Amino acid sequence: MAIFKKKGGGSTPQLNTASLPDIVFMLLFFFMVSTTMRETDMKVTVKLPEATEVVKLDKKSLVSYIYIGSPARQYQAIFGTDSRIQLNDNFRTLVDIRDFITSERDALSEFDRAMLTVSIKGDENTRMGIITDVKQELRKASALKISYASRRVEKDN
Amino acid sequence: MARSTPEINGGSLADIAFLLLIFFLVTTTMNVDTGLARMLPPMPEENQKKAEQDVKQRNIFTVLINKSDRLLVEGMPMEVNMLKEKAKEFIVNPNDRADLPEKKATEIEYFGTVKVAQGVISLQNDRGTSYRMYMLVQNELVAAYNELRDELAKNKFGKLYNNLPENEQKAIQKVYPQRISEAEPKTVGGKK
Repeated sequence: MAIFKKKGGGSTPQLNTASLPDIVFMLLFFFMVSTTMRETDMKVTVKLPEATEVVKLDKKSLVSYIYIGSPARQYQAIFGTDSRIQLNDNFRTLVDIRDFITSERDALSEFDRAMLTVSIKGDENTRMGIITDVKQELRKASALKISYASRRVEKDN
Repeated sequence: MARSTPEINGGSLADIAFLLLIFFLVTTTMNVDTGLARMLPPMPEENQKKAEQDVKQRNIFTVLINKSDRLLVEGMPMEVNMLKEKAKEFIVNPNDRADLPEKKATEIEYFGTVKVAQGVISLQNDRGTSYRMYMLVQNELVAAYNELRDELAKNKFGKLYNNLPENEQKAIQKVYPQRISEAEPKTVGGKK
């Protein structure tokens, strides 16, 4: 009987916390690496179309984004559900594209200006009308290098 | 005295932590922006308009998408999954048919003199065409070029096009130049 008592009476051992900093640092590093900062908050909802033949856009600093899609739920009361253009953080119209391209160009160094790529992030349910209009505006602003942003999917052969 | 339970050896915990860290470092890909790259044609000057229309009919591969997302390829209705094969046939013109693009002998590094077909794919859409359909068609057309380039790269260099050094890629680009023209917008078939 006495033997059993002795066994049960031991206090619970302290958990070794010496490696807790390691774990915390690991998490820290992980999040530091994997998070990409979202520079703009989205006012339009964009679900990119799928494509198999996509190429990567390198040099993020040379890329400007034009978002085209239906306004997010909280803005639908004001702007309706028809596709709209978002430049930077705000709803914009076609006429603003030229100024937008000019300002994006000015932000780049002289050497990089010719390399400016415009990534069109269009929602897949958008009609082509507005996208054609945007393309025409880009041509007028002579921002000719464009990319149709799309999600990469694997080929199904 | 009570026998205390032995402490768990925590020495290797750090190693495990680092192992996990490295695992995540390797497997996470930051979301890179991907898309179909295109060059828009420059805005035509006023007096330039005439010259552009001189492209021969046999050199143009017209793809029309109407507002209900149906395709008309070279005057024939077509499904999207057929488009790639048709486009490939147009680009290569393997049997030198008279209704497919004419060829021009060009000197190209690695290949010598090659007959390069002068075809242009002209993609036209309606304002009511959905962006999804438009991208689907664009994707098929790019796929046609990529497949041809891959085939050629395999035959010539034994590697896929993407794995070739830059100068060899350039040579292949000259054999199969990507000519997709996104036509001037036309207002046909009424507005949406």
